[in-house]
Amino acid sequence: MTESFVSIRNLYKIFGNNAPAMVSYAKAGMHKKDMLQAHGHVLGLRDINVEIKKGEITVIMGLSGSGKSTLIRHLNRLVDPTAGEVIVNGTDIMKLDRVRLQQLRRTQMSMVFQKFALLPHETVLRNAGMPCSVRGDGRAKTDETARKWLRRVGLAGSEALYPHQLSGGMQQRVGLARALTSNSELMLMDEAYSALDPLIRSSMQDLLQELQKDLQKTVVFITHDLDEALKLADHLVILKDGEIVQQGEPQYILLNPADPYIEDFVSDINRARVLRVRSVMEKTIAEDDGYEVLDGDETLERAILRSHGAADKSFAVHSDGTRVGTLKMTDVLKALVPTAATGRNHSNV
Amino acid sequence: MAPYEKAFEALGLWSWCDAGATGGPMSMDDLLAKAGAAGSDNAESFPFPSLDVLHKACGAIPRTRDMTAGLERLFLDVKDPVKVVLDPVTQPLSWALRNAIDLMQSLPWWAAILILVAIAHFAGRRIGVTVFVLMAFLGLAFIDHFGYAMQTLAIIMVCTFICVLFGVPIGIAMSRSNRLERWLTPFLDLLQTLPTFVYLIPLIFLFSVTEPKLYGIAIILYAIVPSIRLTNLGIRLVDKDVLEAGEAFGMTSWQKLYRVQLPLALPNIMAGINQTIMLSLSMVVIASLVSAPGLGTLVLRGINKLELGVGLVAGLGIVLLAIVLDRVSRAALQRVNKMHQSRT
Repeated sequence: MTESFVSIRNLYKIFGNNAPAMVSYAKAGMHKKDMLQAHGHVLGLRDINVEIKKGEITVIMGLSGSGKSTLIRHLNRLVDPTAGEVIVNGTDIMKLDRVRLQQLRRTQMSMVFQKFALLPHETVLRNAGMPCSVRGDGRAKTDETARKWLRRVGLAGSEALYPHQLSGGMQQRVGLARALTSNSELMLMDEAYSALDPLIRSSMQDLLQELQKDLQKTVVFITHDLDEALKLADHLVILKDGEIVQQGEPQYILLNPADPYIEDFVSDINRARVLRVRSVMEKTIAEDDGYEVLDGDETLERAILRSHGAADKSFAVHSDGTRVGTLKMTDVLKALVPTAATGRNHSNV
Repeated sequence: MAPYEKAFEALGLWSWCDAGATGGPMSMDDLLAKAGAAGSDNAESFPFPSLDVLHKACGAIPRTRDMTAGLERLFLDVKDPVKVVLDPVTQPLSWALRNAIDLMQSLPWWAAILILVAIAHFAGRRIGVTVFVLMAFLGLAFIDHFGYAMQTLAIIMVCTFICVLFGVPIGIAMSRSNRLERWLTPFLDLLQTLPTFVYLIPLIFLFSVTEPKLYGIAIILYAIVPSIRLTNLGIRLVDKDVLEAGEAFGMTSWQKLYRVQLPLALPNIMAGINQTIMLSLSMVVIASLVSAPGLGTLVLRGINKLELGVGLVAGLGIVLLAIVLDRVSRAALQRVNKMHQSRT
């Protein structure tokens, strides 16, 4: 589970006429603003190092202009880096020629787009089957695979429709089915749900989580929405001005924000709904003390509900049936107070 | 003394001028000038230094007339080698035009109308348009203009086909290379702005007036421009996201072309074809000057012999044909557009 599927190492992306020459400035510590002022080049990404673990959802979060869409496009080389390497499943994709890169895109990765990017002149079935037909699979096999995944995302019966006849949420389901049809390990989702309205977005997030439970793809998910990031992420990477501000387990970031920027970010969210009992509990392997049992994966919101507002209550926290700790409601209250930045950078978990 | 003589003297070019001087009056203008020179001397002591004025001062400088004559000589000189290449290449065009005209005329009237109405129906799928096409052709046949209309139509069909055959690939190539676009654009501008009669001048020299390819080339050169331009534009306007999706799933550039770019550019390409058809029609009338058969010859007869009625009726027949072609191609365009409707 913890084996890396994609490694991004020392990645730099600079936009401008003389980009390669600018790398040394960036390496010397120049940031986005200074480079634009001093050299007229846009620093897209600076010294990015991310290990994307197999079977996990890695969420890359940042505001617009933070370089997150540029970053995800490095994984399938829709954008070429200025410096650094991207290793997908053991291959350095910078060393691939055009044909082998196409082969890699066809077999190892798929992508879901913010604006759906479906072919307007082809039916839902043909759209969903696109990765197969691009590979050159036969019509019958393509249609069969496409039909299977359309059913899986809840679009059975819409095969003969055209994309413009579907709502945005339905279109993105087609986009998702198309990505699944390619049957590749890595799934890149570029703000896949940002164009959807909140209710549909939430149901699409559930769909992704449900699919993930069965398929355990390696997903890279881009978003600017912290709630979405916290809901989906196994590993959260926060980008700002082309640099990684902090990455790690979302719960950890929430409780230990590395700098004021992230502090600001996390101050608005409903902590009770995101934080889990196991992140807040005291790790005691105490003997049975008669407390009520609570699962470690429950949210604090659930714990508060169970306590009926009694601030002096404690729970016995269990995970997979064994006692792992004790949760005091006073700790819960403390955890709900937004944390100040610890001043540490790049705390990896 | 002619103006600017002093200038040449000052520059020390006097001997060069004298050497090139040609004795005796050369043109009517010169004669007139000589005759009038005595009376109106120095009416304009500082004329614009044009070639003619300078020639008067210095015989070595050619007159404007010599320049146009030179251009003509140049053209006549290169004509033969150009013809060696151009003649066989364009021969199929003559052949296609001749056969198309023959075919359209050899069809019995009912078969021709049936085929045309069927084409209109399948292209447009709009019952109103189909009925209009039927009425238009019946009307033309009723006033004995059907044969002429068929000739015109045959020429337009062949020329439009060739325009699409070459225009779309050229447009595709143009959309892929900014440099090609930069180089081709002025040339396309030239083709579109050149007065239509001017097309005919060099072509008359190159080909015999009895050959259909003479007017075929004129029509194609004039009408191919929108096909090229709108194909280029259409492909450049293709939604970048969809193209990126194709790329992300590993499409080759060939797959991108026929699965993404061409289908998404189709509305624009169709608009270009519609324009091409309309331009062919306008050119085919002018091409009747160089023996293009069809309704245009009647218009020409109306002008030459002042047969007002003949010219007007033929002119209205052309308008009718134009409306038919426009409505049918536009109905086809709308059908394509509908499929591409809002993808937001």
